[in-house]
Amino acid sequence: MNKHFLGDTTVLLGRSLRHIVRSPDTIITTAVMPIAFMLLFVYVFGGAIETGSDSYVNYLLPGILLITIASGISYTAFRLFLDMQGGIFERFQSMPIARSSVLWAHVLTSLVANLISLAVIVLVALLMGFRTGANVLGWLAVAGILLLFTLALTWIAVIPGLTAKSVDGASAFSYPLIFLPFVSSAFVPTASMPGPVRAFAEHQPVTAIVNAIRDLFAQEPAGADIWTALAWCVGILVVAYLFANLTYRRKIS
Amino acid sequence: MIHVHGLEKSFKQLTVLRGVDIDVARGSIFALLGSNGAGKTTVVRILATLLRADGGTARVAGFDVATQAADVRQAISLTGQFAAVDEILTGRENLVLVARLRHLKEPGAIADDLLRRFSLTEAGCRRVRTYSGGMRRRLDIAMSLIGDPPVIFLDEPTTGLDPEARIEVWQAVKELARGGTTVLLTTQYLDEAEQLADRIAILHEGRIIVNGTLNELKQLLPPAEVEYVEKQPTLEDVFLTLVGTKTEKEQ
Repeated sequence: MNKHFLGDTTVLLGRSLRHIVRSPDTIITTAVMPIAFMLLFVYVFGGAIETGSDSYVNYLLPGILLITIASGISYTAFRLFLDMQGGIFERFQSMPIARSSVLWAHVLTSLVANLISLAVIVLVALLMGFRTGANVLGWLAVAGILLLFTLALTWIAVIPGLTAKSVDGASAFSYPLIFLPFVSSAFVPTASMPGPVRAFAEHQPVTAIVNAIRDLFAQEPAGADIWTALAWCVGILVVAYLFANLTYRRKIS
Repeated sequence: MIHVHGLEKSFKQLTVLRGVDIDVARGSIFALLGSNGAGKTTVVRILATLLRADGGTARVAGFDVATQAADVRQAISLTGQFAAVDEILTGRENLVLVARLRHLKEPGAIADDLLRRFSLTEAGCRRVRTYSGGMRRRLDIAMSLIGDPPVIFLDEPTTGLDPEARIEVWQAVKELARGGTTVLLTTQYLDEAEQLADRIAILHEGRIIVNGTLNELKQLLPPAEVEYVEKQPTLEDVFLTLVGTKTEKEQ
């Protein structure tokens, strides 16, 4: 069976990518909310926020990128749910294909779609005055972290995609993920928060990831943050992957 | 071609199948008849390796559905209760997709050939979202034929279709069996079983209560008395006569 894995995944990936090309609104809606946040925070709240950084857009962008991913992956759950609802999922399952390729195609589609959304956000940020001196290596490191984060959250999204009872249920899980950056160093320095909130903010994954990306963009040594960020991403990825596959196996046997 | 013996399945407290026995000969059409909730779909899902049975054995095309699922999948094709088509893709893209997933050469030529056979050539490059119910079903069945699987399961193939579309599907199924394909179909329409099936089994409360040809089943009742009845056209006859010209033009 596994000898067909790559071929089958490629065919199914082509199918999902066609879906995205034919309804580009999924990419636009993914990008609209983070752009709105960015405008709101830079031009409305930003003036009152003391970050110690010379440009608030520079400070804000890493968190906005994570929010983009968190809202983008809900479409993976949505598309997977629609496949389950229609008969096409069962058709694939009753065919002589590598079964895991059905999930991988959706996961890879999520990577592509989020990459496009992220590129749109970075372009808008550049228009709003975002500047970085980061070299190619720095950009690659940022892209790597974002890719890993997308992969981890996408595997989380697979679980509600497989188990949800309604379309709303399939995408509702992403709200807490979108909210998480607000209680982190993404918008304001954690030092300004009261004790318990600060303790939570400093020890949740978003802060480490945001700090690591911020340092990479600012060409400062990212130090421990980058390893903490990577550890969080890989940890979430492994746990989500295992649970998603467990759910999948229970669903198809 | 299909041998089922003592098949049992429960969902939590609910016992759906209590020992189902079925034998389907190669190249025949076998109809599994039963009311809603009788367990027809459960039987089909087990045979198509989508569900595991709690007890009993089932072999399809010589392979055990539990231990040789991959071989079974190679030999079968399932057309489920709801048209398993991708609405965002075009009809042709749907066919090409399945041909690629069956690892066949020249998927484009296979798609074009099936579009022709199912009178979908003109609609082939339109998105399936714009198709009528009958066209979707035809595409669905066409997708099931790709790779010429020796066994085809059709789960309530005409539920929700208008009379014309129903006849189109019946013609497609008859053609299949003529080509040597073994067809197991489920239906709750008695006339559908009468029209299509070589053998008919009635599934009731988790068991097969009768199993035979149409004539054998008819002999279960006392012989018919001869009565003279004025032959009135049925509403279906009227409907089909009135709209029939349109269908011919389409084809």
